[in-house]
Order: sequence, then structure tokens, then C-alpha cells
Amino acid sequence: MSGLPLLSLAIWLPIVGGLLVLATGSDRNAGLARPLALVVAVAGFLVTLPLYIGFDPTTSDMQFTELRQWIPRFNIHYSLGVDGISVLFILLNSFITPLVVLAGWKVIGEKVAQYMAAFLIMSGLMNGIFSALDAMLFYVFFEASLIPMYIIIGAWGGPNRVYAAFKFFLYTLLGSLLMLVALIWLFFQSGFSFSLLDWHAMKIPLSAQIWLFLAFLVAFAVKVPMWPVHTWLPDAHVEAPTGGSVVLAAIMLKLGAYGFLRFSLPIAPDASRELAWLMIALSLIAVVYIGFVALVQSDMKKLIAYSSISHMGFVTLGFFIFNQLGVEGALVQMISHGFVSGAMFLCVGVLYDRVHSRQIADYGGVVHTMPKFAAFMVLFAMANSGLPATSGFVGEFMVILGAVKHDFWIGFAAAITLILGAAYTLWMVKRVLFGAVANHHVAELADINAREFVILGILALCVLGMGLYPLPFTEVMHASVDHLLKHVAVPKL
Amino acid sequence: MINFVMPDLYPASAEIFILVMACVLLLVDLFAGKGRRWLAYLMAQLTLAGCFGITFVTMDGQGVTTFSNMFVDDLFADFLKLALYPAVAIMLVYSRAYLAARNLDRGEFYLLVLFATLGMMVMISASHFVTVYLGLELLALSMYALVAIDRDSVRATEAAMKYFVLGSMASGLLLYGMSMVYGAIGSLEIAEMGQRIALGGGNKTVLVFGLIFVVAGLAFKLGVVPFHMWVPDVYHGAPTAVTLLLGSAPKLAAFAITLRVLVTGLAELAEHWQVMLMILAALSIALGNLAAIAQRNLKRMLAYSAISHMGFMLLGVLSGIVGGDPRFTLNAYSSAMFYAIAYVLMSLGAFGMILLLSRAGFEAEEIDDFRGLNRRSPWFAAIMMILMFSMAGVPFFVGFFAKFAVLQAVVAANQIWLAVFAVLFSLIGAFYYLRVVKVMYFDAPTDTAPLEAPRDMRILLSVNGLAVAFLGLLPEGVLKYAIYATYTFLLGS
Repeated sequence: MSGLPLLSLAIWLPIVGGLLVLATGSDRNAGLARPLALVVAVAGFLVTLPLYIGFDPTTSDMQFTELRQWIPRFNIHYSLGVDGISVLFILLNSFITPLVVLAGWKVIGEKVAQYMAAFLIMSGLMNGIFSALDAMLFYVFFEASLIPMYIIIGAWGGPNRVYAAFKFFLYTLLGSLLMLVALIWLFFQSGFSFSLLDWHAMKIPLSAQIWLFLAFLVAFAVKVPMWPVHTWLPDAHVEAPTGGSVVLAAIMLKLGAYGFLRFSLPIAPDASRELAWLMIALSLIAVVYIGFVALVQSDMKKLIAYSSISHMGFVTLGFFIFNQLGVEGALVQMISHGFVSGAMFLCVGVLYDRVHSRQIADYGGVVHTMPKFAAFMVLFAMANSGLPATSGFVGEFMVILGAVKHDFWIGFAAAITLILGAAYTLWMVKRVLFGAVANHHVAELADINAREFVILGILALCVLGMGLYPLPFTEVMHASVDHLLKHVAVPKL
Repeated sequence: MINFVMPDLYPASAEIFILVMACVLLLVDLFAGKGRRWLAYLMAQLTLAGCFGITFVTMDGQGVTTFSNMFVDDLFADFLKLALYPAVAIMLVYSRAYLAARNLDRGEFYLLVLFATLGMMVMISASHFVTVYLGLELLALSMYALVAIDRDSVRATEAAMKYFVLGSMASGLLLYGMSMVYGAIGSLEIAEMGQRIALGGGNKTVLVFGLIFVVAGLAFKLGVVPFHMWVPDVYHGAPTAVTLLLGSAPKLAAFAITLRVLVTGLAELAEHWQVMLMILAALSIALGNLAAIAQRNLKRMLAYSAISHMGFMLLGVLSGIVGGDPRFTLNAYSSAMFYAIAYVLMSLGAFGMILLLSRAGFEAEEIDDFRGLNRRSPWFAAIMMILMFSMAGVPFFVGFFAKFAVLQAVVAANQIWLAVFAVLFSLIGAFYYLRVVKVMYFDAPTDTAPLEAPRDMRILLSVNGLAVAFLGLLPEGVLKYAIYATYTFLLGS
């Protein structure tokens, strides 16, 4: 292991870089802000690579740990570390950031420096969430990441952006505030410790575990989002600028799911088993019901937003069937969804930049004018509906296998998503891309330029690569997931 | 023959200094012509600096009482005073241009500010009911006059009248309560009172009866529900410079007398006053946050926000003694003290922003006056954003750790539902702070006049905002400071 504090770099490099970008000031210097932001974003990605290369997949221990006192008054530590569960998300997050910077290159013409800085700072904060091993450190990153997203949606969003930004902020704050009370309670129960690993080992009576589980559930369910607290997501997605939607779908939704793995399951394992029926029920509702809701959407972004909720239902389902296939499948699904949903939102962004409409009805026959783009979009749509050889298939298949192992009918219900997912995604693709050229807007469309080609091309490689050879992803998480499941199986009343 | 012993003046040297300087200022101002108004300003600033120096130099670990135990000089008092002087000095810097533009920067303004400061210092050092009352009245009478200092403003006159009538009534309540306590216990000296009650002295019924009036009087000075009626009107009506003074430093003094009277003097009655404070705190948090939503005027909004913040601070005060067990006092009172200091810092910045945007003939006190500030001045929009998020309790700003400190004290006292109640209402509170950020960042400016504020104010306001952010990253120093101060305070009780 190298001596560099890699995790600190992954967190603070984008944040400090973001402040530098901010310092370039007004739009007169946008020519400087853009490349600087790209450099910071790429550098931010590069510093996370050693995390993967140097990662030891044979152990479930925390790696690359850093420990420093932060606020001794409350025994809060600046404690970082990653295991097989979190390391991939740091990479995913740092990987998406340069793409988002590129995606906003031309489209964002106003307050460029602030836009780029907001994304960079958010990227750093989210790396902090994934690597924090101190509950308060996790919490402050978790809440602080709301600020840049609030600004991104509100300042660069669509016509109804103010409503969406408020809804996003208040909804997520509601969840996290209740979690804060739970964290403070745990602090006193554990004898004044905020260390997550201490909490994992701590014995808690069942009734208290259930309260804790519910408090965490509110926080993370809003973030995932699970039915019925999902309603902020379609609004936020529709109004956010393309980059905002990408980060929201690719990374932010994962924070909630990650929270389940880091907090709910290991801290309250007995309550998790006790309430698994609830979680499975909510997940299946998300998978099936939201799938139907997606089917009737007329707005492309809304459709993908609902598709995200449905896919995230798969993730929570995978967690609460408590077997290796389920949890690993869910993690793979999270990574894959990061690529696929990000790519889908970018595709919609490409169309929106040209036509300024997200309505499916305003398109038709795009393939005739944008063949390269259409090829990409079809690929991502296939991945979104879980076609074999794409990344979308691997996770879904693993979760369904795990679910069948757990209970055939749960697996059966979950498998419905394969039909629904294909139905809503492909139907949208059919209406947007194929058929006769619908109107003069479509007829005048120019195909994607080199910049867009690079962004979509990189994502396409990821989607295909992960679909064909998922081993590099799954082998990293093996030991940690195994450890987690063993931990959850042992009562700690 | 009367045996007269000269009291030890050393512990009160800062008070004596400020009194002498105030008289000198009065004389100098008499002879300095209209063109030398800066002289009074400079003298006031130098006086505060001198006080800071004296308090700092004469500070030692032991609590010393003087004037027949009517006046105490302990670390608790010194620390609060060391926070008080800068708060007043910052207020003078922020107000200077505003006052000059309205022809209010007369000598009597500075004179009254110095007397108000002296009143607060006396309150902080009061160890006797008579001293408490003296300090309180000196502060209150100076404030009444300051609110009305703009003689031609109907609104300010009305506010001063309202403040005066209600304030006098509150003083009456406090005096009445004090006389009751005196009747029961036969002493006005706070420490002795505590000892006598602990030894079972005094009729409990009479004591509790008196306590109710004492608490009511204190509640009025803190401005908590249901004794809050004056707060919005006076904050709104007073010239913003005076609102700035009213909304900042006196909170420290009110906090000090609350602790001295309730904890040092009436700790044995804690079970009674804790219930009272709980009702006051819960009502303040609820009403303050709800009513703030409806405000269009920023000064009124901040007034209601002040009500809810004082309620939050009281949560810390009431969590100290659990079922007669004083183990939690240090934790709880130091948290409340940290909250008070953090609040003063944020409040100074927020009202400072109003002063920054105001200019001759224009009061930037409507929320809409902040519209599009991000275009006019990205830097100060960012400062205001920091202040608003901090007040809302979002990390990484000091307001978060203030809320956290108080919440953990509440949870430590096993009042989990009270903590849940408080966080739910701070969620509602987040809404109106977010609205200020919204108008700054999401709306187009309606007022495009350049900012006119002088350089010293700009720099100081920036430092103020950055301090809010810095203390959010590294709050340990101030937390420790609060611990030391509270520790010596408790030793003395």
C-alpha cells in the first residue's frame, strides 16, 4: 500500500479543485473554467485508480484506512476506509464526474464556473460518503451533498426547477434528520463512539433495533428512492440539467442503497431480518408497479426516472433476501445502473440540446438523421431492459436467481421486470428513433459530434465490458459481502 | 460609625473602564463638531478593544466576587465577555455606513451602544438578583432609546414604544418573582440562595410561585414563545443597525443570566423550571419556524428565526439535570453556550448582509431585495448562502454543530421525542432559509445597483461568513472554550 492518503485525495482534490474553478470567476473566463474543471475531474479519477489496483480482494477488512481525531469533544474522528462494497462506488463516482463535465461543456453557457465547481465539489463530498467510517463524518458528507445538487437543479434546471429543487432538498433532509437522532442515540449506547465498526459489533435489543432500522429506513428509502417516498425523483430528474440527472441517477441514488449495507444491515441485523418482509414488499411494489407507471410516461426523462426507481427496487430486493447472489447481484446492478441510467440521461440530453423537448411525441425517425446516436441509444436501451451481454443483465439475473433461491414467487414477481423493462424502454426507443421522420425539427437534426461520441462511447464500452466479463467487479466485493452476510446471520441482541 | 470597606475594583476593571470611556465619549462628542463624527466611532471601537484587552489580561482561573458578593468575575464571565466585545465591535463596523447615510451616526448612538454593552457585561457577571436587574435595565433602557434613535421614523417609534411597554412589564414580572424568592429564602445572593434551598430552606410553594415569574421575565428577555410578541415588531421596526445589535450580543447576556439564576440559584427547583423551559422551547421552535415561513420581510423572518434559535438553545439548558442527577450539566450547558455563540456569529452575518445591500434611501430588508444577488456579487451571495445553510443547520457549517451539540445533550437526557420534535421543525425551518438561497441563485436580479459598502465592512463580513464555514470544519476550539467556561461556572455553583 502506498503512503499517500488516497481516500483523502479522492475527497479533497475535487473539492479544492472545485473551489479553484469557482475562483476563475465570471463567464468571461469560461474558457479557463472548462478545461480546468476537466483536468480536476480527470485527476480526481486518476487518484482513485490505485484504490482498485492496490485493493486486496481476499479480505473483508477496511483498506486504505485513515484515522485522525476531528472533534474530540464528541469523539468524532476523521476516519476513512473502503471495503469491497464501497470501493467500486468511489471509482464509479470519480469516473462519472469527467463525463458530466464534458456533457456540460457547450450546453452550459451561463455561470459556467459555478456549474463545474458544483459538480466537482459534489463529487468529492460523495466520495466522502462512500469512504467515511465515522458515522458523523458520513452524516456531514451525506447532508452537505444536498447543497450543490440543490443549486444545480435550481439554477440550471428546467421551467419547474424551483419546485423540484425544494422538493429534492426537503425530502432528503427529512430522512437524514431522523437518522441524525438515531446516530446520536447510538453514540450514547455505544459508550461515546461514532465508529461504524464499533457499532457493527455492538449488541442492541430488538425493540431498539427496530426503531433504529425504521429511522435509517426513512433516511435511505427517501434517497434510494423506494416506493412510496419516491415522488421527488421524477420531479428532480425532469427539471435538473442533463449533468444533474446523470449524477443523481448514477451516484446519488446509490447513497441510499449503500446506507442500507453500511448502517441498517450490520447495525440492526435482527431488525433487518424481522422486517425483511416489509422491505421485500416495498421493493416488489417498486419493481412492478413503478414499471407500469414508467410504461405510460410521455416525457423521456420521467420515463427513465421511473425506470431508475424500478431498478433500484431490484437493488433493495437483492439486499433483503440475504444470500450472496442477491447482495452481489444488487451491487452489480447498482454499478451497471450507474452506467446505463447515466448514459440514458445523456442520450436524452443530446436530443434535448437540439430540439429542446423531452416529449416522446415530438420525436420519431431520429435514426434517419442521427444514425450514430441511434446506435448508442439502442445499445443503452437494451442494457436498460436487461439484455444478456450488457451490464444490465448480470445484476438482474443474479438478483432473480437469489430471489428464486429465497422464495420462488418472489423471484417470479421480480422477473416480471424483465418484461416490463423491455416494454417501456424499447417502446420509447421505437417511438423516438424509428418510424418515419416526424417533423422538421427531427429532419434538421445533426448527428452527435466528437465530444458526445467520446462520452457515449466510453459508457458503451463500460456497459458491454461489464456485461461480457463482470468478474473484475464481482471478485472485489466477494469477501466483504460474504463477511456482511455472516454478520447479519448472527443475532446480536 | 459606619464601617466602610472599599470594594475590590480589580475584577470589575473592564466595566469601570467602559463606564469612564462612555462618559469621556459624551464629553468629547459635545465639543467635536459635526465634521468629527468619526471620533465617536473610533472611541467606541477603541473602548471595546480596551475592554477586550483588560478582560483578557485580568482573566485567571479562579472566580472572584466583589462588591459584597454582588459581582462575580469567573472564567465563564470572561469567556462570554470576550465573545461579547467582538460582537459589538463587528456590529459597529457593519452599521457605520448605514448610520452615516441616514444621519444617525451621532455621538449618542455610540454612547448608548457602550451603555448597552456595559449592561450586558454586568448581566454576565451578576451574582446577585439586584445586579441581574441592574444590568438588565441598563441594557433595556439603552435599547429602548436605540430602537427609537431614528426620531422621524413612525415605525421605529412604534417599535420602541411596544418594546418599552412590554419590556417594562417583563422587568416587573422578573422583579416580582425575585421578591417572592427573597421572601421565601431571605437572600438575594444567587450562590447563597442555592445553598439555602439545598439545605431545605424556604417554602417550596412560594419558591415555585416566584420561579414562574422569574422564568417569565427571562423568557421575555430571550424572546421565546409565548413572550415573543415584541421580537418581530421590534426587529422589523428598528433601524437595521440596531436590529443587528439587538439580535446578536444580548443573546449571550441573556444566556448568562439564565444559567446564573436558574442553575446557580435555583438548581434545586430544576424539575420545575425544566418543564417550563421545555414548554417554552417547544413552542418557540414550533411557532418560530412556522411563522417565519409566512414572512416576506427578511428582518421579520430573521426575528422569527431568532425565536426558534433561542428555543433550541433552551433545549440545551433544560437537558442539564436529569431527575436530580447533575452528571449531564457540563455537556448540556456547554452545548447551549456553543449554540449561543454560533448563533450570534450567524446572526451578525445575516443582518450584516442586509446592511451591505442597503444604501442611502433604500433598505434592503425584503427577501426580494436579494433577488439575483449571485449575478450582482457572486462572492456575497456565497457568503449569504453559507449563513443561511448554517442557520438551517446543514453541514459543514457551524450551525450544524451547534444543533448537533444541543441535540446530543437532549438525547443524553433521554428526551428522544423532544429531539425528534426539534429536528422535524428544523426541517420546516430549512424551507425559509432555502428560499433566501433560491432568490439569490435562481432568480434574476430586479435591483442592479452596485454594492456601495465600504471596504472594511466588506472584508469583515467576508471574514464573518468564512468563520461560519471554518468553524463548521473545525469546531473543536470553540467547543473546548465552552467546556472550560461551563466547567468553571459549575465549579462556582
